[in-house]
Amino acid sequence: MSRATIRIPMPLRGYTQGAGEVPVEAGTVREALAALGAAHAGVLERVLGPDGELRPFVNVFVGSRNVRSLDGLATPLADSDVVAIVPAVAGGLR
Amino acid sequence: MKARERLLAELKASVPEVTPHDALALQARGAALVDVREPDEIAQGSPTGALRLGRSYLELRIEEAVPDPQRAIVAMCGSGTRSLFAAADLARLGYANVSSMAGGFARWKSEGLPVERPFALDAAARERYSRHLLMPEIGEAGQVRLMRSKVLLVGAGGLGSPAAYYLAAAGVGTLGLVDHDVVDRSNLQRQILHTDARVGTSKVASARQTLEALNPSVKVVGHEAQLTSANVEQILAGYELVVDGSDNFPTRYLVNDACVKLRIPNVHGSVYRFEGQVSVFWPGRPQRPGPCYRCLYPEPPPPQYAPSCAEAGVLGVLPGVIGLLQATEAIKLLLGIGEPLVGRLLYFDALRASFSELSLERDPACRYCGDGREFPGYIDYERFCASAAA
Repeated sequence: MSRATIRIPMPLRGYTQGAGEVPVEAGTVREALAALGAAHAGVLERVLGPDGELRPFVNVFVGSRNVRSLDGLATPLADSDVVAIVPAVAGGLR
Repeated sequence: MKARERLLAELKASVPEVTPHDALALQARGAALVDVREPDEIAQGSPTGALRLGRSYLELRIEEAVPDPQRAIVAMCGSGTRSLFAAADLARLGYANVSSMAGGFARWKSEGLPVERPFALDAAARERYSRHLLMPEIGEAGQVRLMRSKVLLVGAGGLGSPAAYYLAAAGVGTLGLVDHDVVDRSNLQRQILHTDARVGTSKVASARQTLEALNPSVKVVGHEAQLTSANVEQILAGYELVVDGSDNFPTRYLVNDACVKLRIPNVHGSVYRFEGQVSVFWPGRPQRPGPCYRCLYPEPPPPQYAPSCAEAGVLGVLPGVIGLLQATEAIKLLLGIGEPLVGRLLYFDALRASFSELSLERDPACRYCGDGREFPGYIDYERFCASAAA
Protein backbone atom coordinates (compact mmCIF):
# COMPACT_ATOMS: atom_id res chain seq x y z
CA MET A 1 0.00 0.00 0.00
CA SER A 2 1.20 3.48 -0.87
CA ARG A 3 0.14 6.86 0.42
CA ALA A 4 -1.10 8.77 -2.59
CA THR A 5 -3.13 11.91 -3.12
CA ILE A 6 -6.12 12.11 -5.42
CA ARG A 7 -6.65 15.51 -6.97
CA ILE A 8 -10.34 16.24 -7.34
CA PRO A 9 -11.37 18.43 -10.29
CA MET A 10 -13.72 21.32 -9.64
CA PRO A 11 -16.80 19.63 -11.19
CA LEU A 12 -16.53 16.75 -8.70
CA ARG A 13 -15.84 18.71 -5.56
CA GLY A 14 -19.52 18.78 -4.76
CA TYR A 15 -19.06 15.14 -3.74
CA THR A 16 -15.99 15.70 -1.59
CA GLN A 17 -17.39 18.49 0.59
CA GLY A 18 -15.31 20.92 -1.45
CA ALA A 19 -12.00 19.13 -0.89
CA GLY A 20 -9.55 19.55 -3.77
CA GLU A 21 -7.34 16.70 -2.59
CA VAL A 22 -8.16 13.41 -0.91
CA PRO A 23 -5.38 11.31 0.65
CA VAL A 24 -5.69 7.56 0.12
CA GLU A 25 -3.77 4.41 0.90
CA ALA A 26 -3.77 2.15 -2.13
CA GLY A 27 -1.58 -0.10 -4.23
CA THR A 28 -3.16 0.68 -7.59
CA VAL A 29 -5.25 3.36 -9.26
CA ARG A 30 -8.30 1.09 -8.99
CA GLU A 31 -7.80 0.78 -5.21
CA ALA A 32 -7.23 4.50 -4.90
CA LEU A 33 -10.51 5.26 -6.66
CA ALA A 34 -12.29 2.66 -4.51
CA ALA A 35 -10.93 4.34 -1.38
CA LEU A 36 -12.14 7.69 -2.71
CA GLY A 37 -15.58 6.21 -3.38
CA ALA A 38 -15.72 4.71 0.11
CA ALA A 39 -14.93 8.07 1.69
CA HIS A 40 -17.20 10.18 -0.51
CA ALA A 41 -20.47 8.83 -1.81
CA GLY A 42 -21.50 9.61 -5.39
CA VAL A 43 -18.11 10.50 -6.82
CA LEU A 44 -17.12 7.08 -8.13
CA GLU A 45 -20.01 6.71 -10.58
CA ARG A 46 -18.85 9.92 -12.25
CA VAL A 47 -15.44 8.40 -12.92
CA LEU A 48 -16.17 4.71 -13.54
CA GLY A 49 -18.91 3.23 -15.70
CA PRO A 50 -21.22 0.36 -14.70
CA ASP A 51 -18.54 -2.01 -16.04
CA GLY A 52 -16.07 -0.67 -13.47
CA GLU A 53 -13.86 0.85 -16.18
CA LEU A 54 -12.96 4.49 -16.74
CA ARG A 55 -15.68 6.48 -18.46
CA PRO A 56 -14.69 7.73 -21.94
CA PHE A 57 -15.05 11.38 -20.87
CA VAL A 58 -12.73 11.06 -17.86
CA ASN A 59 -8.97 10.64 -17.79
CA VAL A 60 -6.87 9.73 -14.80
CA PHE A 61 -3.22 10.70 -14.62
CA VAL A 62 -0.53 9.44 -12.28
CA GLY A 63 1.95 12.25 -12.18
CA SER A 64 1.93 13.51 -15.76
CA ARG A 65 1.09 10.15 -17.38
CA ASN A 66 -2.36 9.09 -18.51
CA VAL A 67 -3.16 5.69 -16.99
CA ARG A 68 -4.59 4.62 -20.38
CA SER A 69 -0.97 4.73 -21.60
CA LEU A 70 0.21 2.82 -18.52
CA ASP A 71 -1.57 -0.20 -17.05
CA GLY A 72 -5.00 1.39 -16.85
CA LEU A 73 -6.68 1.03 -13.48
CA ALA A 74 -4.08 -1.59 -12.55
CA THR A 75 -1.33 1.01 -12.70
CA PRO A 76 0.64 0.69 -9.47
CA LEU A 77 1.08 3.62 -7.12
CA ALA A 78 4.14 4.69 -5.18
CA ASP A 79 4.28 6.78 -2.03
CA SER A 80 3.50 10.46 -2.67
CA ASP A 81 2.10 9.83 -6.14
CA VAL A 82 -0.49 12.37 -7.26
CA VAL A 83 -3.50 10.89 -9.04
CA ALA A 84 -5.35 13.56 -11.02
CA ILE A 85 -8.89 13.08 -12.31
CA VAL A 86 -9.39 15.20 -15.44
CA PRO A 87 -12.91 15.21 -16.90
CA ALA A 88 -13.90 16.72 -20.24
CA VAL A 89 -15.09 20.27 -19.72
CA ALA A 90 -16.99 22.08 -22.48
CA GLY A 91 -16.24 25.58 -21.33
CA GLY A 92 -19.45 27.37 -20.76
CA LEU A 93 -18.80 30.84 -22.01
CA ARG A 94 -22.17 32.23 -22.84
CA MET B 1 37.87 71.19 -51.18
CA LYS B 2 35.14 70.63 -48.59
CA ALA B 3 35.60 67.83 -46.06
CA ARG B 4 32.71 65.88 -47.56
CA GLU B 5 34.12 65.97 -51.05
CA ARG B 6 37.58 65.08 -49.85
CA LEU B 7 36.21 62.06 -47.99
CA LEU B 8 34.17 60.97 -51.01
CA ALA B 9 37.20 61.24 -53.27
CA GLU B 10 39.15 59.06 -50.81
CA LEU B 11 36.35 56.48 -50.73
CA LYS B 12 36.07 56.42 -54.53
CA ALA B 13 39.78 55.76 -54.68
CA SER B 14 39.67 52.94 -52.14
CA VAL B 15 36.28 51.22 -52.62
CA PRO B 16 35.82 49.23 -55.85
CA GLU B 17 32.72 50.25 -57.81
CA VAL B 18 30.65 47.97 -60.04
CA THR B 19 27.86 48.77 -62.50
CA PRO B 20 24.32 47.54 -61.85
CA HIS B 21 24.77 44.87 -64.55
CA ASP B 22 27.96 43.67 -62.83
CA ALA B 23 26.12 43.68 -59.50
CA LEU B 24 23.36 41.50 -60.95
CA ALA B 25 25.95 39.06 -62.33
CA LEU B 26 27.78 38.97 -58.99
CA GLN B 27 24.48 38.36 -57.20
CA ALA B 28 23.76 35.46 -59.54
CA ARG B 29 27.13 33.98 -58.56
CA GLY B 30 26.30 34.18 -54.85
CA ALA B 31 27.23 37.70 -53.81
CA ALA B 32 25.02 39.48 -51.29
CA LEU B 33 23.42 42.60 -52.73
CA VAL B 34 22.87 44.78 -49.66
CA ASP B 35 20.36 47.61 -49.93
CA VAL B 36 21.35 50.26 -47.39
CA ARG B 37 18.57 52.76 -48.12
CA GLU B 38 15.90 53.92 -45.66
CA PRO B 39 12.76 51.79 -45.17
CA ASP B 40 10.51 54.29 -46.98
CA GLU B 41 12.80 54.24 -50.05
CA ILE B 42 12.96 50.43 -49.98
CA ALA B 43 9.17 50.27 -49.76
CA GLN B 44 9.00 51.90 -53.22
CA GLY B 45 11.02 49.06 -54.74
CA SER B 46 14.33 47.26 -54.34
CA PRO B 47 16.46 44.92 -56.47
CA THR B 48 14.97 41.42 -56.47
CA GLY B 49 16.57 39.26 -53.82
CA ALA B 50 18.50 42.11 -52.17
CA LEU B 51 19.19 42.01 -48.45
CA ARG B 52 17.43 45.12 -47.14
CA LEU B 53 19.44 45.98 -44.08
CA GLY B 54 19.33 49.79 -44.18
CA ARG B 55 22.21 52.03 -43.27
CA SER B 56 21.63 52.86 -39.62
CA TYR B 57 21.75 49.29 -38.27
CA LEU B 58 24.02 47.90 -40.98
CA GLU B 59 26.97 47.06 -38.74
CA LEU B 60 24.65 45.45 -36.18
CA ARG B 61 22.72 43.33 -38.66
CA ILE B 62 25.25 42.34 -41.29
CA GLU B 63 26.76 39.43 -39.38
CA GLU B 64 23.40 37.76 -38.98
CA ALA B 65 22.59 38.28 -42.68
CA VAL B 66 26.06 37.49 -44.06
CA PRO B 67 27.92 35.30 -41.58
CA ASP B 68 30.72 34.40 -44.00
CA PRO B 69 33.31 37.24 -44.20
CA GLN B 70 34.61 35.79 -47.49
CA ARG B 71 31.22 36.13 -49.23
CA ALA B 72 31.25 38.93 -51.78
CA ILE B 73 29.07 41.92 -50.91
CA VAL B 74 27.77 44.64 -53.21
CA ALA B 75 26.42 47.60 -51.27
CA MET B 76 23.81 49.71 -53.02
CA CYS B 77 21.83 52.84 -52.19
CA GLY B 78 19.83 55.47 -54.11
CA SER B 79 22.54 56.99 -56.28
CA GLY B 80 25.79 55.32 -55.28
CA THR B 81 27.08 57.68 -52.58
CA ARG B 82 25.81 56.24 -49.30
CA SER B 83 26.83 52.79 -50.51
CA LEU B 84 30.47 53.99 -50.67
CA PHE B 85 30.36 54.77 -46.95
CA ALA B 86 28.57 51.49 -46.25
CA ALA B 87 31.10 49.47 -48.28
CA ALA B 88 34.01 51.09 -46.43
CA ASP B 89 32.37 50.24 -43.08
CA LEU B 90 31.82 46.63 -44.13
CA ALA B 91 35.44 46.31 -45.23
CA ARG B 92 36.47 47.63 -41.82
CA LEU B 93 34.30 44.95 -40.19
CA GLY B 94 36.41 42.33 -41.95
CA TYR B 95 34.48 41.56 -45.13
CA ALA B 96 37.15 40.75 -47.69
CA ASN B 97 35.35 41.42 -50.94
CA VAL B 98 33.11 44.50 -50.78
CA SER B 99 32.14 46.80 -53.60
CA SER B 100 29.70 49.66 -54.13
CA MET B 101 27.15 49.83 -56.93
CA ALA B 102 27.67 52.95 -59.03
CA GLY B 103 24.53 54.94 -59.81
CA GLY B 104 22.50 53.17 -57.14
CA PHE B 105 18.91 52.08 -57.45
CA ALA B 106 18.11 54.91 -59.88
CA ARG B 107 20.48 53.44 -62.44
CA TRP B 108 19.48 49.85 -61.65
CA LYS B 109 15.88 50.76 -62.42
CA SER B 110 16.62 52.82 -65.54
CA GLU B 111 18.60 49.89 -66.94
CA GLY B 112 15.52 47.73 -66.57
CA LEU B 113 16.99 45.31 -64.03
CA PRO B 114 14.64 43.21 -61.86
CA VAL B 115 12.84 45.05 -59.08
CA GLU B 116 10.43 43.90 -56.43
CA ARG B 117 8.30 45.84 -53.98
CA PRO B 118 8.90 44.15 -50.66
CA PHE B 119 6.05 43.93 -48.20
CA ALA B 120 7.40 46.44 -45.77
CA LEU B 121 6.06 47.82 -42.55
CA ASP B 122 5.09 51.45 -42.83
CA ALA B 123 6.13 53.97 -40.19
CA ALA B 124 2.96 53.50 -38.16
CA ALA B 125 3.32 49.72 -38.15
CA ARG B 126 6.98 50.05 -37.21
CA GLU B 127 6.01 52.11 -34.21
CA ARG B 128 3.03 49.94 -33.25
CA TYR B 129 4.99 46.69 -33.36
CA SER B 130 8.35 48.08 -32.22
CA ARG B 131 8.51 45.77 -29.19
CA HIS B 132 8.04 42.77 -31.49
CA LEU B 133 10.59 44.07 -33.99
CA LEU B 134 13.23 44.27 -31.27
CA MET B 135 13.08 40.53 -30.63
CA PRO B 136 15.09 38.35 -33.01
CA GLU B 137 12.47 35.55 -32.67
CA ILE B 138 9.90 37.86 -34.32
CA GLY B 139 11.61 40.78 -36.05
CA GLU B 140 10.30 42.26 -39.28
CA ALA B 141 9.91 38.90 -41.01
CA GLY B 142 7.90 37.50 -38.10
CA GLN B 143 5.72 40.59 -37.87
CA VAL B 144 5.01 40.43 -41.59
CA ARG B 145 4.18 36.76 -41.12
CA LEU B 146 1.66 37.65 -38.38
CA MET B 147 0.15 40.37 -40.56
CA ARG B 148 -0.41 37.84 -43.33
CA SER B 149 -1.88 35.23 -40.96
CA LYS B 150 -5.50 34.18 -40.65
CA VAL B 151 -6.85 32.84 -37.39
CA LEU B 152 -10.40 31.67 -36.72
CA LEU B 153 -11.84 32.07 -33.23
CA VAL B 154 -14.78 29.85 -32.44
CA GLY B 155 -16.75 31.89 -29.91
CA ALA B 156 -16.44 35.58 -29.15
CA GLY B 157 -17.09 34.93 -25.47
CA GLY B 158 -15.00 34.37 -22.38
CA LEU B 159 -12.03 32.69 -24.09
CA GLY B 160 -12.45 34.29 -27.51
CA SER B 161 -12.53 37.83 -26.10
CA PRO B 162 -9.05 37.95 -24.55
CA ALA B 163 -7.58 35.76 -27.29
CA ALA B 164 -8.95 37.92 -30.11
CA TYR B 165 -8.05 41.14 -28.29
CA TYR B 166 -4.37 40.21 -28.00
CA LEU B 167 -4.15 38.61 -31.43
CA ALA B 168 -5.49 41.88 -32.87
CA ALA B 169 -2.98 43.84 -30.80
CA ALA B 170 -0.20 41.58 -32.06
CA GLY B 171 -1.20 42.41 -35.63
CA VAL B 172 -2.58 39.06 -36.82
CA GLY B 173 -3.89 40.17 -40.21
CA THR B 174 -7.24 38.41 -40.37
CA LEU B 175 -9.34 37.35 -37.41
CA GLY B 176 -12.44 35.31 -38.12
CA LEU B 177 -15.07 35.23 -35.38
CA VAL B 178 -17.78 32.60 -35.23
CA ASP B 179 -20.63 33.43 -32.89
CA HIS B 180 -24.37 33.70 -33.35
CA ASP B 181 -25.13 35.07 -29.91
CA VAL B 182 -25.98 38.54 -28.65
CA VAL B 183 -24.27 40.34 -25.76
CA ASP B 184 -25.91 39.73 -22.41
CA ARG B 185 -25.14 41.82 -19.33
CA SER B 186 -24.02 38.64 -17.51
CA ASN B 187 -21.27 38.22 -20.16
CA LEU B 188 -19.50 41.42 -19.20
CA GLN B 189 -17.89 39.96 -16.05
CA ARG B 190 -15.39 38.24 -18.40
CA GLN B 191 -16.11 38.92 -22.09
CA ILE B 192 -13.99 42.03 -22.34
CA LEU B 193 -14.60 42.79 -26.02
CA HIS B 194 -18.17 43.83 -25.25
CA THR B 195 -19.56 46.83 -23.43
CA ASP B 196 -22.54 47.71 -21.33
CA ALA B 197 -23.87 49.94 -24.10
CA ARG B 198 -23.85 47.01 -26.54
CA VAL B 199 -25.98 44.64 -24.47
CA GLY B 200 -28.52 43.07 -26.80
CA THR B 201 -26.44 43.58 -29.95
CA SER B 202 -24.59 40.94 -31.94
CA LYS B 203 -21.41 39.65 -30.30
CA VAL B 204 -19.60 39.52 -33.63
CA ALA B 205 -20.46 43.16 -34.38
CA SER B 206 -19.55 44.22 -30.85
CA ALA B 207 -16.24 42.35 -30.99
CA ARG B 208 -15.44 43.88 -34.37
CA GLN B 209 -15.97 47.39 -32.98
CA THR B 210 -13.54 46.82 -30.10
CA LEU B 211 -10.90 45.05 -32.20
CA GLU B 212 -10.95 47.66 -34.97
CA ALA B 213 -10.68 50.44 -32.41
CA LEU B 214 -7.55 48.80 -31.00
CA ASN B 215 -5.95 47.99 -34.36
CA PRO B 216 -7.62 49.30 -37.52
CA SER B 217 -5.28 47.34 -39.78
CA VAL B 218 -6.71 44.01 -38.64
CA LYS B 219 -9.39 42.55 -40.85
CA VAL B 220 -12.23 41.14 -38.75
CA VAL B 221 -14.38 38.62 -40.58
CA GLY B 222 -17.66 37.85 -38.86
CA HIS B 223 -19.38 34.50 -39.19
CA GLU B 224 -22.74 35.01 -37.49
CA ALA B 225 -23.74 31.40 -37.61
CA GLN B 226 -23.78 28.30 -35.54
CA LEU B 227 -21.10 25.89 -36.72
CA THR B 228 -22.67 22.82 -38.25
CA SER B 229 -21.46 19.83 -40.21
CA ALA B 230 -22.84 21.56 -43.32
CA ASN B 231 -20.98 24.88 -42.95
CA VAL B 232 -17.88 24.01 -40.93
CA GLU B 233 -15.47 23.49 -43.83
CA GLN B 234 -16.75 26.53 -45.67
CA ILE B 235 -16.17 28.66 -42.57
CA LEU B 236 -12.77 27.15 -41.70
CA ALA B 237 -11.49 27.45 -45.29
CA GLY B 238 -8.39 29.60 -45.59
CA TYR B 239 -7.64 29.84 -41.86
CA GLU B 240 -4.29 28.54 -40.65
CA LEU B 241 -5.45 27.57 -37.21
CA VAL B 242 -8.50 27.58 -34.98
CA VAL B 243 -8.75 28.90 -31.44
CA ASP B 244 -11.57 26.90 -29.90
CA GLY B 245 -13.36 28.86 -27.20
CA SER B 246 -16.75 27.25 -27.67
CA ASP B 247 -19.12 26.50 -24.84
CA ASN B 248 -20.62 23.14 -25.67
CA PHE B 249 -19.57 19.61 -26.51
CA PRO B 250 -21.24 19.30 -29.94
CA THR B 251 -19.17 22.26 -31.18
CA ARG B 252 -15.99 20.96 -29.52
CA TYR B 253 -16.26 17.63 -31.37
CA LEU B 254 -17.24 19.29 -34.63
CA VAL B 255 -14.27 21.70 -34.45
CA ASN B 256 -11.98 18.79 -33.60
CA ASP B 257 -13.17 16.67 -36.49
CA ALA B 258 -12.89 19.52 -39.01
CA CYS B 259 -9.38 20.41 -37.83
CA VAL B 260 -8.36 16.75 -38.08
CA LYS B 261 -9.69 16.62 -41.62
CA LEU B 262 -8.14 19.95 -42.68
CA ARG B 263 -4.90 19.07 -40.82
CA ILE B 264 -4.74 22.43 -39.04
CA PRO B 265 -3.94 23.02 -35.35
CA ASN B 266 -6.83 23.31 -32.90
CA VAL B 267 -5.82 25.52 -29.98
CA HIS B 268 -8.11 24.27 -27.28
CA GLY B 269 -9.10 25.97 -24.05
CA SER B 270 -11.83 25.31 -21.53
CA VAL B 271 -12.73 26.68 -18.11
CA TYR B 272 -14.82 25.64 -15.15
CA ARG B 273 -15.17 27.78 -12.02
CA PHE B 274 -11.51 28.17 -10.95
CA GLU B 275 -9.90 25.67 -13.31
CA GLY B 276 -8.84 25.74 -16.91
CA GLN B 277 -7.30 23.43 -19.49
CA VAL B 278 -5.22 24.35 -22.54
CA SER B 279 -3.76 22.16 -25.24
CA VAL B 280 -3.02 22.13 -28.95
CA PHE B 281 -4.63 19.24 -30.81
CA TRP B 282 -2.79 18.73 -34.08
CA PRO B 283 -2.69 15.25 -35.60
CA GLY B 284 -1.80 16.85 -38.95
CA ARG B 285 1.45 18.27 -37.60
CA PRO B 286 4.28 17.49 -40.00
CA GLN B 287 6.86 15.06 -38.58
CA ARG B 288 5.61 14.93 -34.99
CA PRO B 289 1.82 14.48 -35.04
CA GLY B 290 -0.04 15.02 -31.79
CA PRO B 291 -3.31 13.65 -30.47
CA CYS B 292 -6.76 15.00 -31.28
CA TYR B 293 -9.52 15.79 -28.80
CA ARG B 294 -11.07 12.37 -29.41
CA CYS B 295 -7.82 10.62 -28.46
CA LEU B 296 -8.26 12.22 -25.06
CA TYR B 297 -12.04 12.03 -24.77
CA PRO B 298 -13.51 9.56 -27.26
CA GLU B 299 -17.03 10.42 -26.07
CA PRO B 300 -18.60 13.41 -24.37
CA PRO B 301 -20.16 13.19 -20.93
CA PRO B 302 -23.93 12.74 -20.85
CA PRO B 303 -25.70 16.08 -20.49
CA GLN B 304 -26.55 15.57 -16.82
CA TYR B 305 -22.82 15.14 -16.06
CA ALA B 306 -21.76 18.21 -17.97
CA PRO B 307 -22.97 21.37 -16.30
CA SER B 308 -22.10 24.49 -18.26
CA CYS B 309 -20.68 27.63 -16.72
CA ALA B 310 -24.13 29.13 -17.04
CA GLU B 311 -25.09 26.65 -14.32
CA ALA B 312 -21.81 26.20 -12.49
CA GLY B 313 -20.29 29.67 -12.67
CA VAL B 314 -16.78 30.75 -13.58
CA LEU B 315 -14.30 33.20 -12.08
CA GLY B 316 -14.34 36.09 -14.56
CA VAL B 317 -10.56 36.34 -14.75
CA LEU B 318 -10.07 32.64 -15.45
CA PRO B 319 -11.06 32.64 -19.16
CA GLY B 320 -8.71 35.63 -19.44
CA VAL B 321 -5.79 33.49 -18.27
CA ILE B 322 -6.76 30.53 -20.43
CA GLY B 323 -7.70 32.59 -23.51
CA LEU B 324 -4.34 34.34 -23.39
CA LEU B 325 -2.52 31.04 -23.14
CA GLN B 326 -4.42 30.07 -26.28
CA ALA B 327 -3.38 33.33 -27.96
CA THR B 328 0.23 32.69 -26.96
CA GLU B 329 0.14 29.22 -28.49
CA ALA B 330 -1.51 30.62 -31.64
CA ILE B 331 1.25 33.19 -32.12
CA LYS B 332 3.98 30.60 -31.52
CA LEU B 333 2.39 28.33 -34.12
CA LEU B 334 2.04 31.14 -36.67
CA LEU B 335 5.69 32.11 -36.21
CA GLY B 336 6.97 28.55 -35.90
CA ILE B 337 8.85 29.36 -32.70
CA GLY B 338 9.18 27.53 -29.39
CA GLU B 339 7.61 24.26 -28.36
CA PRO B 340 3.83 24.17 -28.86
CA LEU B 341 1.47 22.49 -26.39
CA VAL B 342 1.05 19.54 -28.76
CA GLY B 343 0.68 16.30 -26.81
CA ARG B 344 0.57 18.19 -23.55
CA LEU B 345 -2.30 19.55 -21.48
CA LEU B 346 -1.71 22.52 -19.25
CA TYR B 347 -4.05 22.43 -16.27
CA PHE B 348 -4.45 25.65 -14.30
CA ASP B 349 -5.91 25.71 -10.81
CA ALA B 350 -6.46 29.33 -9.84
CA LEU B 351 -7.19 28.57 -6.17
CA ARG B 352 -3.92 26.70 -5.73
CA ALA B 353 -2.21 29.11 -8.13
CA SER B 354 -0.61 26.12 -9.82
CA PHE B 355 -0.12 24.81 -13.31
CA SER B 356 0.29 21.10 -13.91
CA GLU B 357 1.42 19.63 -17.18
CA LEU B 358 -0.13 16.35 -18.23
CA SER B 359 1.19 14.33 -21.09
CA LEU B 360 -1.29 13.41 -23.82
CA GLU B 361 -0.61 10.62 -26.22
CA ARG B 362 -2.05 9.86 -29.63
CA ASP B 363 -4.42 6.94 -29.70
CA PRO B 364 -3.25 4.92 -32.73
CA ALA B 365 -6.75 3.41 -32.83
CA CYS B 366 -8.56 6.79 -32.69
CA ARG B 367 -11.54 6.72 -35.05
CA TYR B 368 -10.70 10.15 -36.43
CA CYS B 369 -6.92 10.52 -36.43
CA GLY B 370 -5.69 6.97 -35.85
CA ASP B 371 -2.99 5.35 -37.97
CA GLY B 372 -4.10 4.74 -41.55
CA ARG B 373 -7.65 5.96 -40.86
CA GLU B 374 -9.69 7.61 -43.55
CA PHE B 375 -11.69 10.56 -42.26
CA PRO B 376 -14.99 8.88 -41.29
CA GLY B 377 -17.15 11.93 -42.01
CA TYR B 378 -19.06 14.35 -39.85
CA ILE B 379 -21.82 13.08 -37.60
CA ASP B 380 -24.92 14.44 -35.90
CA TYR B 381 -23.10 16.15 -33.05
CA GLU B 382 -26.18 17.24 -31.12
CA ARG B 383 -27.44 13.68 -31.04
CA PHE B 384 -23.95 12.30 -30.28
CA CYS B 385 -23.74 14.49 -27.19
CA ALA B 386 -27.38 14.25 -26.11
CA SER B 387 -27.34 10.46 -26.23
CA ALA B 388 -24.01 9.93 -24.47
CA ALA B 389 -24.43 7.03 -22.11
CA ALA B 390 -24.43 7.68 -18.39
